[in-house]
Amino acid sequence: MAKPDSSSANTRLVKKLLFATVGMFGFGFAMVPMYDVICDITGLNGKTSGRYTVESEVSPSTLEQREITVQFMAQNAAGMDWVFRAVDPQVKVKPGEVKVVSYLAKNTHDFEMTGQAIPSVAPNEAAQYLKKLECFCFAEQVLAPGEEAEMAIRFFIDKDIPEHISKLTLSYSLFDITKDKKTGDAVAVR
Amino acid sequence: MSAAHDDHHHGPAKGLSRWLFTTNHKDIGTLYLWFSFAMFLLGGSFAMVIRAELFQPGLQLIDPNFFNQMTTMHGLIMVFGAVMPAFVGLANWMLPMMIGAPDMALPRMNNWSFWILPFAFAMLASTLFMESGAPNFGWTFYAPLSTTYAPSSVTFFIFAIHIMGASSIMGSINIIATILNLRAPGMTLMKMPLFVWTWLITAYLLIAVMPVLAGVVTMMLFDIHFSTSFFSAAGGGDPVLFQHVFWFFGHPEVYIMILPAFGVVSAIIPTFARKRLFGYDSMVYATASIAFLSFIVWAHHMFTVGMPIAGELFFMYATMLIAVPTGVKVFNWVSTMFKGSMTFETPMLFSIAFVVLFTMGGFTGLMLAITPADFQYHDTYFVVAHFHYVLVPGAVFSIMAATYYWLPKWTGYMYDERLGKLHFWMSFVGVNVLFFPQHFLGLAGMPRRIPDYALQFADFNWVSSVGGFLFGASQLILLVVVIKCIKGGKKATAQVWEGAQGLEWTVDSPAPYHTFTTPPDPKLIHSQ
Repeated sequence: MAKPDSSSANTRLVKKLLFATVGMFGFGFAMVPMYDVICDITGLNGKTSGRYTVESEVSPSTLEQREITVQFMAQNAAGMDWVFRAVDPQVKVKPGEVKVVSYLAKNTHDFEMTGQAIPSVAPNEAAQYLKKLECFCFAEQVLAPGEEAEMAIRFFIDKDIPEHISKLTLSYSLFDITKDKKTGDAVAVR
Repeated sequence: MSAAHDDHHHGPAKGLSRWLFTTNHKDIGTLYLWFSFAMFLLGGSFAMVIRAELFQPGLQLIDPNFFNQMTTMHGLIMVFGAVMPAFVGLANWMLPMMIGAPDMALPRMNNWSFWILPFAFAMLASTLFMESGAPNFGWTFYAPLSTTYAPSSVTFFIFAIHIMGASSIMGSINIIATILNLRAPGMTLMKMPLFVWTWLITAYLLIAVMPVLAGVVTMMLFDIHFSTSFFSAAGGGDPVLFQHVFWFFGHPEVYIMILPAFGVVSAIIPTFARKRLFGYDSMVYATASIAFLSFIVWAHHMFTVGMPIAGELFFMYATMLIAVPTGVKVFNWVSTMFKGSMTFETPMLFSIAFVVLFTMGGFTGLMLAITPADFQYHDTYFVVAHFHYVLVPGAVFSIMAATYYWLPKWTGYMYDERLGKLHFWMSFVGVNVLFFPQHFLGLAGMPRRIPDYALQFADFNWVSSVGGFLFGASQLILLVVVIKCIKGGKKATAQVWEGAQGLEWTVDSPAPYHTFTTPPDPKLIHSQ
């Protein structure tokens, strides 16, 4: 093992290993979109997919007879204190049937605030069968001081939902993102 | 090369600059080992604070926030400051001598990878004196505890982790380059001592996962300071993602802390059993299997986050599968001792204790792997007992065994066997009195990371604390033994131990500053 050989062998090896290091650093970040994709496909962690679009409305004749209870929950995340609740705590829907339900939110403060609702479905495996055509969670909610808003969700339950799921819960956590949206004014008021 | 022969170094430079500028693998190994011992005492003193507070129910000595800082700092310092640098130190000292190399392959990087460590830990420890206090979110630093709710010192923690990671990666690259490129003629891969093999595999694990750790703390940094939302649900991120990324690093990390220990024990047991290691090849393959499996079991740390049943089953079975190669290893160590002419010097005592107590820690690991049972054990003292059994009488005992085993080679003198045995027995009794009752506490439902607890846990906590103080105090004996051994004692022979095999025992004791500047005689290289 002559010296020049081993030093050029070292250089080659070090290059490969540094490449692996950088690659694994990148892999750490690649886990973020990978996780989102896996959650989206499997409904892992109760995450619902984004806006669902259909070409035509489902006709009533194709509706199944079984009924699924969908419960609605609302909660403020830490640091948020709007009035936030579902108008109807639960509805019964047939798979394939499009329903509209609404939530109420009221900014109890004397300054403008921005809220963001994050959905979660239990049981987790039901998440992928809940299709939302319209949802207030797709947008930020900006409420003026004392303003009250009624916010709608239009959704249906996929007909492929397994037989054993007869009840599912859609829960929204409302986060205060005022500080993240606006710099200066909003933060200064608080 | 001819230029290299022009300046002749016969011995170390004098004074502080010897240690600052050294590129000698033995000097750097010594630095790593002393650094790790200092961190062991620092992390240990935090553990003493924890055990003192838990000595009886109620809040006696410290407030809960400081208690959380102590558990966090204890974990971080022991994992990254004590165990990992100790193994890197052993690798620096022993690998070149074991494979007949003159030094590490990249000596200047070696100096650099050690000297950034004290800065990383100075930065981490300095957070204790900051107004916000030290990190208090546990060594696993789950988001959002470590992001939204973190003390402002978290940024120092993040950069300290970055530096430690860089040090580990440089160390690993060096170790891989040394093993692959600098082996003496005749030292084929399957003739390498198992300590070399386990370190080679560990170094690959480090390169695979330390960058992921760097990635996850970088994401935290962005979430905290640059308004990204990797782990913040409000912005579309997910705190559970943190746990996935963290444990993708974290699980291989626990094998990083135990594989070199397997190598150490595989060197010591044959020496004092005066038999060849039983099943060398299977040891190598078992180590590689454990390393591979470590990448596909991470979610067993997070069974309770709400996973699909298929996921829980997969991670449960994959985790249990690890028991197979680990069982192969334990079987081989026991078979090596079977019908051997055993003597029980201090390194052997620590190694036998390792085999017995590590196996117990492994069994509680199997219990934790059972998903439905884990829902009860999760975040209780049972988990604390489990990982302390594999890390303290596991990894730490192996480091102590290695220290006693190679100390005569490092210093040229035999250590005080009577004090060594005293150290062993006090540690052995202390560690079991300390951690065994924690199994019962966990099964009875005592949660981890709490400064106060319900009255029914009082007795076992009292016992555990007494064991903790005994174990902590007995480590000072090790310090005395090492200092005494450096100062003098009975001269050690080159072979040191009657049954010792391997190239490191063919050089004088103490090992000369430069060894194997010419490759060793291939006839000296035997298969293991």
